[in-house]
Amino acid sequence: MQDPSTGPLATQATSSFTEHLQRSRPELLPFNQTLPAGTVPSSPHATTIVALTYAGGVLMAGDRRATMGNVIASRHIEKVFPADQYSVLGIAGTAGLAIDITRLFQVELEHYEKIEGTLLSLVGKANRLGAMIRGNLPMAMQGMAVIPLFAGFDQVSGTGRLFSYDVTGGRYEEQEHHSVGSGSVFARGALKKLWKPNLSEEQAVAVAVEALYDAADDDSATGGPDPVRQLWPVVYTVNRAGNRRVPERDLAAIAGTIVESRAIAGREA
Amino acid sequence: MTQQFYVSPEQLMKDRADFARKGIARGRSVVVISCADGIALIAENPSPSLHKIGEIYDKIAFAAVGKYNEFESLRQAGVRYADVRGYSYDREDVTARGLASVYAQSLGAVFTAEQKPFEVELAVAEVGLTQEQDHLYRLTFDGSIADENGFVVMGGLADQISDVVSGAWEPELGFAGAMRLALRALAADKEADALPATAVEAAVLDRASESHRGSRRAFRRLRPEDMTQLLTEEA
Repeated sequence: MQDPSTGPLATQATSSFTEHLQRSRPELLPFNQTLPAGTVPSSPHATTIVALTYAGGVLMAGDRRATMGNVIASRHIEKVFPADQYSVLGIAGTAGLAIDITRLFQVELEHYEKIEGTLLSLVGKANRLGAMIRGNLPMAMQGMAVIPLFAGFDQVSGTGRLFSYDVTGGRYEEQEHHSVGSGSVFARGALKKLWKPNLSEEQAVAVAVEALYDAADDDSATGGPDPVRQLWPVVYTVNRAGNRRVPERDLAAIAGTIVESRAIAGREA
Repeated sequence: MTQQFYVSPEQLMKDRADFARKGIARGRSVVVISCADGIALIAENPSPSLHKIGEIYDKIAFAAVGKYNEFESLRQAGVRYADVRGYSYDREDVTARGLASVYAQSLGAVFTAEQKPFEVELAVAEVGLTQEQDHLYRLTFDGSIADENGFVVMGGLADQISDVVSGAWEPELGFAGAMRLALRALAADKEADALPATAVEAAVLDRASESHRGSRRAFRRLRPEDMTQLLTEEA
């Protein structure tokens, strides 16, 4: 805690947790190190995230696989997190850094809320996330890139909105749906065929799971539904009521239906 | 050349304490009550936006009386302390005891070393899984700290209000009961029997926030309509 006696507090006052860390504890920031020369050892990578809008909200889903080169590093990793009550984010790229940036972003939003007594606007949140990704640019240049996807419910317009980013922190608003990660090209193809305007929440969950299924089918770094270990994608929906994690039971049923329908069709691709 | 007058340390500290006490006594009061449902925090406060009660962390809330700019800077510093600690260790490692001792150090340092002591009195409340695990710390302007049992009353008419609360407080109170008791106690010097729900600022630390609301964050600010509803439903 800063000593209230050290001069005017107002000059130090900030509503941003990241700025506070930058000043008082820069070593705690995930992206504030200067890396030594040399090649970065391989580390777990998180891959495919899909997000799509539906009637009254937005949804985000991520598979459960992390890879390190051609090895599966984890079958249980979670890549989609609630950021605050009305927003979620998914992460692709270097898993260790991405998880730390997520944690920092969660604290950033909660910190603002507590200091100011009000929530940040959705675009305000999206911009803060962009600034963090820009902060990570030196690490990205060394091969440790983190690419998030951000979705939330905009209280003002009353709709779900989607934002994608590049490694420089550039923020782009996406319409309808988007996907990031190595399996995203395949997921995008699936989303283009499956997504329709005004999907219901249940339909939207099924579309997201099927898009991830298609990504897992063609991308070795994306994990499909795993009935042996009872592992299903992590899916969050966000609407006027806030965010909600879709229960495993529902996901198991949806994944079961998709696998069954594909088996019945009996097609190779 | 002007002569520097000698003032004994006793006299210096006494003057400062008197000064701070006077400042605090001018303000309206705050009541923090531990009850069966959690911890209720109620302040007589006509402003809907300048708060005397605030959220610090998952299970920890803050209440203050005295000078707004001084306790607001302490509240913000507390939020920063808690967030840095929770981020660098874990959310579980943020405790009211840790926060209260940092506040005590800051207040003590300002009291002895600065021109003017802080004219504030603070309460740090942490809700536990059971009522025995609740913590209520009361901090005064000179950095002294007290671990209170059951309830804390601070501010202008603290003694009078405290008498009313201690007469009727019991651990089995629910939120509605605690609120009613606080409204009655805060009206100590008024004509009315109890303050109307619109004249106070109220918040709760919900003991069952995980199971009821699915949220680690136990703090919930009550709007005037929430208060009215709470007071009528269990009347």
